[in-house]
Amino acid sequence: MAQRVLMKGNEAIAEAAIRAGCRHYFGYPITPQTEIAAYMAKKMPKIGGVFLQAESEIASINMVYGAAATGCRVMTSSSSPGISLKSEGLSYIAGSDIPALVVNVQRGGPGLGGIQPSQSDYFQATKGGGHGDYRMIVLAPASVQEMASLTIKGFNLADKYLMTSMILADGTIGQMMEPISFEEAEVETYEKPWALTGTEGKRKHNIVNSLYLQPDALEKKNFERYERYKIVEENEPMWEEYMMEDAEICVVAFGIASRVAKNAVVAARNEGIKVGLIRPITLWPFPKKALRAAADKCKSFISVELSMGQMIEDIQLATECLRPVTLCNRAGGMIPSPDQVLESIRKAQKGE
Amino acid sequence: MAIVFEKPKALTDAVLHYCPGCPHGIIHRLVAEAIDELGIEGQTIGVAPVGCAVMAYDYFACDMIEAAHGRAPAVATGIKRCRPDNIVFTYQGDGDLASIGMAETVHAAARNENITIIFVNNAIYGMTGGQMAPTSLPGQVTQTSPYGRDVNHCGWPIRVSEMLATLEGPEYIARVAVNNVKNVKQAKKAIKKAFENQIQGKGFSLVEVVSACPTNWGMTPQKALEWVESDMLPYYPIGVYKDRTAAKEAAK
Amino acid sequence: MKTTQILFAGFGGQGVLFAGKFLAYKGLVQDKQVSWLPSYGPEMRGGTANCSVILSDTPVGSPIITTPDVLVAMNLPSLQKFVNDVVPGGIIILDSTLISAKVERDDVKVFYVPATQMAKDAGYPTLANMILTGKVLKESGAAAWEGNRETLEAFIPAKKANLIDVNCQALQSGYDF
Repeated sequence: MAQRVLMKGNEAIAEAAIRAGCRHYFGYPITPQTEIAAYMAKKMPKIGGVFLQAESEIASINMVYGAAATGCRVMTSSSSPGISLKSEGLSYIAGSDIPALVVNVQRGGPGLGGIQPSQSDYFQATKGGGHGDYRMIVLAPASVQEMASLTIKGFNLADKYLMTSMILADGTIGQMMEPISFEEAEVETYEKPWALTGTEGKRKHNIVNSLYLQPDALEKKNFERYERYKIVEENEPMWEEYMMEDAEICVVAFGIASRVAKNAVVAARNEGIKVGLIRPITLWPFPKKALRAAADKCKSFISVELSMGQMIEDIQLATECLRPVTLCNRAGGMIPSPDQVLESIRKAQKGE
Repeated sequence: MAIVFEKPKALTDAVLHYCPGCPHGIIHRLVAEAIDELGIEGQTIGVAPVGCAVMAYDYFACDMIEAAHGRAPAVATGIKRCRPDNIVFTYQGDGDLASIGMAETVHAAARNENITIIFVNNAIYGMTGGQMAPTSLPGQVTQTSPYGRDVNHCGWPIRVSEMLATLEGPEYIARVAVNNVKNVKQAKKAIKKAFENQIQGKGFSLVEVVSACPTNWGMTPQKALEWVESDMLPYYPIGVYKDRTAAKEAAK
Repeated sequence: MKTTQILFAGFGGQGVLFAGKFLAYKGLVQDKQVSWLPSYGPEMRGGTANCSVILSDTPVGSPIITTPDVLVAMNLPSLQKFVNDVVPGGIIILDSTLISAKVERDDVKVFYVPATQMAKDAGYPTLANMILTGKVLKESGAAAWEGNRETLEAFIPAKKANLIDVNCQALQSGYDF
């Protein structure tokens, strides 16, 4: 096994990206993700890569767009307000069907909000944010180790499906240190015949573009894209099940909320309550099948979120509203305590 | 039969969509001629803007990408930083470059990003139907300044070349025009130089081309070219505003 | 199977994060499960900076500590803020040079260590944090005492290697107090 090292979650993302072959990073400072840029600024010049601090989030995502169009593995990172600014570029990248990796280390909102951890960009990440019909693969790490492994996975999936992978983390996972070991990164490589590399006079010119003024042509593009998304939904959902074998109550939580929820599940089990946890690792595609299967054996669901209740809607959809889903949440940068989650579990047990 | 005139190879066979009398065709041609003469078509990657030249990706035969409104210099930066040996140019209008994309423009210049920018200034938003641009002249009547541009209300037009020339970063900033044969020839020289600078690794080169928009100015093509001479060029004088290499040589 | 939740709290600049990092590295070197979570950004509640360290023989659940087994307080606001969160039977170690107040709970073990004064007297005035950390290791058993030098070497950059000796001394004086 590779040696364990202690690393901050944000640093783990940066190191993993480099191991995944990313040599171009474009960003703009914002708390609480600055360690990613700092790490890249230090490392990239030493390995022949490029770190560039852009003049804005808007510029940095457009640099990513240009770099991605050349077939390079490229990334940017930001936090909630910065992702709002990048949303325009995310829509263009989606409309041009090119791969990129974008990290959102979430903080509380809306507006300038705060800098403490949050999960309130769930809708923005999974339902859009930018304009038009499009999806991103949204990966939600719950540990420093996953910050690394999902970053590598994110690059692979982006290249495979020609779309953006977003790492949807939060300030806690970004700032915390945990032991991590870097196994040999499973870097997949894909042909990129569409890339802008110069024709060399040998082929017709490549065009990277999202403009289709003829509505029938634009419709066709959209339908084609959604055929691809369908494959992603079929093949790529990831989730973890914890103590679900005999569970009557199912707690659903991702990222830092799942860590808190796990403590509460253990405590509730000690009280004899049959409760388990489903932790979505991909938020899009959402692990619908796992949730739907749980609805057949559990009497109720609890959505634990650092938001006013966003993922809860996907749980209701996935379970076809067969069972009640309650919300256990904090917002604005506050984090639910294990006791708060335990209390929700007790209530669910009583059928409240 | 001897061919005395033909289309530059760096232009495709697509029929340009521009209005009758629009100088975009001339400027496209000048860019394509420069690419042909320098023999760089196979290495060149162009960035199309949002504006009248939005479909430039269909017209240039090199690899092309379509940028969001104003973001072409950032997109070009991303491309150039990945592929420094390719030749990267943007083709942008005044709304794109000097309004919504001003930050991207200024910062690409400040970084001396080794790219070439062709900036077409016709003092109006063409594609959206003739709104006031950041370069519309005082008193100029547009759809959104129907009583003439009132500088007390909406400020003064921006002289992009002069402003960028104050920066330490850029290599070459020039303003040219395409309203007569003499000026077109001069414009060609400047555009070619802007590409040569990039090939030689000298850095950010921007050529502002003072152009016309007969349709949205509400003028005949002939009258529009006269208006360039009488009204545009006094506010936007032709000239080289910065040439670092030439300045260094002159100082020797 | 043992899990120790340690909360370090004080003013920014007192080395609270560094001390926590040292303990996290001790856990790492001793093959434990570890998490280290700092308060980040401009801390607005009570003027404290803090960090949460969990050392465990089993995987760490939430890295957020709400009920610490060990509280290290390096100023009064930190003590006041967290004193009632410590689990019954837990440990409170405070810098008695900077905190004159006494802990009124009788269900916790309290150690008053004049760490700032001790550090000043010993000629390494910035290492009160490590004196207190020495005491943490002794009283909590969160990690084995042995191997402090190796642990410091694991995360102090080579150009600051000259600081390892004094850090070891500071740990020792806290342990011996």
